[in-house]
Amino acid sequence: MIETLRNRVAIVGVGESDIGKVPHMTGLGLNAQAAKRALDETGLKVSDIDGLLTAYSFTEPYFMLGTVLCEYLGLQPRFNASVIVGGASPAVMLKHAAEAIATGQCATVLVCAGENRATGQTRDQAVAALAAVGHPYFERPYGASIPGCYAMIARSHMDQFGTTPEQLAAVAVTTRQHAVLHPNAHMRKPVTLADVQSSKPIADPLRMLDCCIISDAGGAFIVTSAERAKDLRSKPAYLAGIGEFHTHEHILCAPSLTEFGAKQSGMTAYRMAGLGPSDIDVAELYDCFTIVPILELEELGFCPRGEGGRFYEEGHASIGGKLPVNTHGGMLSHAHAGAAGGLFGIVEAVRQLRGGLGPRQVQGAEVALVHNEGGILSSHCTAILTSQLR
Amino acid sequence: MTQELPAPIANADSEEYWAAARDDRLLIRKCRSCGKTHFLPRHLCPACWSTDLEWIESSGHGTVHGFTIIRRASLPEFATRVPYVVALIDLKEGPRMMANILGEDALQTKIGDAVEVRFEARAEGTKIPQFVRKV
Repeated sequence: MIETLRNRVAIVGVGESDIGKVPHMTGLGLNAQAAKRALDETGLKVSDIDGLLTAYSFTEPYFMLGTVLCEYLGLQPRFNASVIVGGASPAVMLKHAAEAIATGQCATVLVCAGENRATGQTRDQAVAALAAVGHPYFERPYGASIPGCYAMIARSHMDQFGTTPEQLAAVAVTTRQHAVLHPNAHMRKPVTLADVQSSKPIADPLRMLDCCIISDAGGAFIVTSAERAKDLRSKPAYLAGIGEFHTHEHILCAPSLTEFGAKQSGMTAYRMAGLGPSDIDVAELYDCFTIVPILELEELGFCPRGEGGRFYEEGHASIGGKLPVNTHGGMLSHAHAGAAGGLFGIVEAVRQLRGGLGPRQVQGAEVALVHNEGGILSSHCTAILTSQLR
Repeated sequence: MTQELPAPIANADSEEYWAAARDDRLLIRKCRSCGKTHFLPRHLCPACWSTDLEWIESSGHGTVHGFTIIRRASLPEFATRVPYVVALIDLKEGPRMMANILGEDALQTKIGDAVEVRFEARAEGTKIPQFVRKV
């Protein structure tokens, strides 16, 4: 019986496709490009991949996406699924990959996700597709948008804790500062607090620059046993702890607008790893809107409840700060393309643990935390990765 | 060209809810076994899984639990309505539902506001519950 996933597997390869507007590539093509780049790091052969996990695609909505991707990549794996828990999918896929490897179902799993969301559909199609995530019978007749649902959460946080628009803007500014340091980030032009606060209002209190971008992007990572990872070309990042938690899907059924399931998923991950918030050197949090990493900092125990905004405002989330957050530029600036958005948090965590990222490098990063969430803070998964087995 | 605002779609779980809305009545589900109320109508009680459920009529009074003012509509049908308020309403009977806050003072909505139900006509003779602020 598997008692814990701690130290059982490692991420040995990570890859990003070309990111931004990539009109000459399909969504599947972006996945393939990222997968090839991830595999090339490891020295593994294509035939070593005997498991594949992917998520979903709005622009290429194949019914059996995981199987379609296997076919596209020429793989005939013994383990395959399409995992759909929204933005939480990548970390949940890491967990499923670890479970499959730890139970001997397969040896090496390719996890990938991505879509051509910037050029594979019009802007209105993109926004309308996301609106369809709202409850079709009890939310859609009221014109609730995804930004609108997150805006309600931001509004409640402001009302309850005094979080300010300036603090929300500080998240966008900090995250963009990090993207400037990332050669493959979609948005690399610095923004100021004034830029954020004068950007187009979307749903009060959120403005355009409080919202994630829309990109063409694919991301991939390769998971294998900790044992096998030792012999590979690339430096492994070991999975120390992982946990998920799901409380609702639609915001009208959310138990609270200020407390979510990240706390429980985080506690499971910390307990498995035998680590706590003070052990984390770098955090890659989900940031579809500026309010989200603020909430996650609080839920995951990095600051007291209500103080996530101040954490950003005082510079603690910046590279060089107390806990650098979203060092690649997050979904606000690096890329957002369906489930690839959160997947890039995993890619960046692995890279930070390997070291050598120049001005983007968090000095002495040995323990990284990744948090993915899906829906309206509905589905959560937290993973803790380490540079050494501990 | 303005598009009509979406009409509600009834299914087997919600048929009575939307039928009552046509008569300006707001129904909610109550479990006869554990006594709890819930909003999204379904086959069983989400608290205790009893299937012994009844419809009760809500007083139509509630408070604003959370809200936003939509400035950019995500669905083209709502483009002519911006800016509009989307809110979560805690009904006096317990459950939480989503609605718009209507009325001339809608943009002054605050969390905790007392509101009461109104019924807004949509296509094909349907109506949907909406709320106005109590003054």
